[in-house]
Amino acid sequence: MEPFTTLNAIAVPMHEANIDTNQLCPTRYNKVPRGPRYREILFYDQRNRPDGTKTEFMLNAAPYDQSGIIVADRNFGCGSSRETAVYALYEFGIRCVIAPSFGDIFASNCAKNGLLALTLPDEQCAAIRRQLQDQPGAKISIDLAAQTVTDVAGKTHRFEIPEVRKRCLLEGLDDIARTQQYSRQIEDFEKSYYGNNPWLPVTARE
Amino acid sequence: MKPRTLIEKLWDAHHVLTAEGESLMYVDVALAQENTLHGFVELEKSGRSVARPQQIFAFTDHYVPTTGRSKGPEGIADAGIRNMVIDLQNMAKKHGVTLFGMDHQHQGIMHIVPPEQGIIQPGMMVIGNDSHTSTHGAFGSLAYGVGASEFAHVMATQTLWQRKPKTMRIVIDGALGFGVHAKDVILALIAKIGVDGATGCAIEYAGSTIAALSMAGRMTICNMSIEAGGRVGLIAPDDKTFAWMEGRPYAPTGKAWERALDGWRALANDTGAKFDREVTLDAAAIAPTATWGINPAQAAPVTGTVPNPAEEKDAKKRAELEIALEYMALRPGTALQDIKLDRVFIGSCTNARIEDLRAAAEVAKRGKAKITTWVVPGSMAVKRQAEAEGLDQIFIKAGFEWRDPGCSMCTAINGDHLQPGERCASTSNRNFRNRQGPGGRTHLVSPAMAAAAALKGRLADVREILN
Repeated sequence: MEPFTTLNAIAVPMHEANIDTNQLCPTRYNKVPRGPRYREILFYDQRNRPDGTKTEFMLNAAPYDQSGIIVADRNFGCGSSRETAVYALYEFGIRCVIAPSFGDIFASNCAKNGLLALTLPDEQCAAIRRQLQDQPGAKISIDLAAQTVTDVAGKTHRFEIPEVRKRCLLEGLDDIARTQQYSRQIEDFEKSYYGNNPWLPVTARE
Repeated sequence: MKPRTLIEKLWDAHHVLTAEGESLMYVDVALAQENTLHGFVELEKSGRSVARPQQIFAFTDHYVPTTGRSKGPEGIADAGIRNMVIDLQNMAKKHGVTLFGMDHQHQGIMHIVPPEQGIIQPGMMVIGNDSHTSTHGAFGSLAYGVGASEFAHVMATQTLWQRKPKTMRIVIDGALGFGVHAKDVILALIAKIGVDGATGCAIEYAGSTIAALSMAGRMTICNMSIEAGGRVGLIAPDDKTFAWMEGRPYAPTGKAWERALDGWRALANDTGAKFDREVTLDAAAIAPTATWGINPAQAAPVTGTVPNPAEEKDAKKRAELEIALEYMALRPGTALQDIKLDRVFIGSCTNARIEDLRAAAEVAKRGKAKITTWVVPGSMAVKRQAEAEGLDQIFIKAGFEWRDPGCSMCTAINGDHLQPGERCASTSNRNFRNRQGPGGRTHLVSPAMAAAAALKGRLADVREILN
């Protein structure tokens, strides 16, 4: 996984709440193997008309076709667990989504792919979206180590992130490698777990 | 010791260790589907293998056709869809995980087959590569939906990193009214607490209404927890749960059964256990319900009307209403029962169990479908049972199409989908834009309400047909 340290990028404001993963990656594209094709898949049904022509959707034109950050409203990434939603954001070039809240599964999926799902309070998200509305194509900055967002006006907002999630993002650390250092503890746990629950693990009756 | 909730007991029972604020949790069973190919690819790319194949189960449900299956997976016309089914089957065989493939006698939806088989048991921690994995909480298990990376992690280590969720108890009391089903309860609940009302929480459903529900009804409720933002939703196991378990192919037997039963009976909340949040809902006040908008919280009693954005004072909420009504092509103030439909879909992990089909058939036998109506059973076992009861004949006589098991037009990826602009009454779980096909419009309802809609060609009050 590519480490995430700092980011200075064009930020696109999205004012709608509850943007679901079905919009980020329409279901019919879930079968596409991970790769650059996902750049076109992001928000496909908003960006394309049924006849194949492009819509006016923000991400289709400059400056937002170069976006690295989305500033959204609450419950971004709700719905389906599809990780293809994160593949699509990533291939488009989005490395950070800022929102007041996220779908739980989506937020986990982001963390496993080097994408920062960054939570700021409602009013701060709304204020940043207003700034971006007034200055299309403006950049904002994120410093993960310092846990700060610097908005268009130069104002700094501190954000919270669990320590371990921060470390994994900063180091680009693979979760499985992190877990394998505990393999002895997992084995010990299994012994005691199956001792207490002798009817497990599940087995089909022959 | 501090009194513990069921959620806390399940958490403690699977907790391996805590490091840097995250807990490593031991997983009993993990459920895969065709899209889990992304997870398998990731696992293989990292050079790792499946740690405990006996505890991983793979299902062909999202991509399988629901008609014309005689030639098996090779006979699927669309190459992209065909490859998803075949690749998953090959991947499952390669890694030695248990496969319920397209030609399996128990093929079906990943949230319907495991409970039928007794694979899901009280007290378990269950992981599924699908957000509706919360369904399995109906058995008193801690069931998490995860993405491909976390699923690959479970395959490699049989564990999952999690932060302890906040606990939320939703107490639903009272008798359900005539024509009101579990689906109406969960739609009414989501309308009350909102689509992010339970974000970050594990939900326990309790109260007399929940106790009175069948296991199928309980699964419908837990299934849609994610539609309120809750990754986990569960119900304490009781005698109904244990009766369901007994004799299932994967259920313990003999002495092991007695031992398991003792363990399962200890899973209730301790007296005095505290939840972080409590919500109550009066079941008697719930009417047959339908959604009118583009998320599951945008729902109303079938006797209600489409809201008027002009009457909404909050600008943000007004904008949300306007977006919903524009997509749904609905005028403010329209009576829900005046909304004309093009299609009806009865199926999905939410509502494709035998009890759901019985409720739909009870309505179907009172008339003829005015519009194209599909019934897609949740599994081969449900299909066979329905045929043994003659439900298939009731549906066929009413002009409904009787199809083969799969996710079908809920997730609309197997080739079953709405045409742009088509409007569908659906027993599935999501009315998001484009969910049932680009430009499709979805009204979520119960199976009984879906059958009523079929007979009328519009959203209809099932109580008027049954009376």
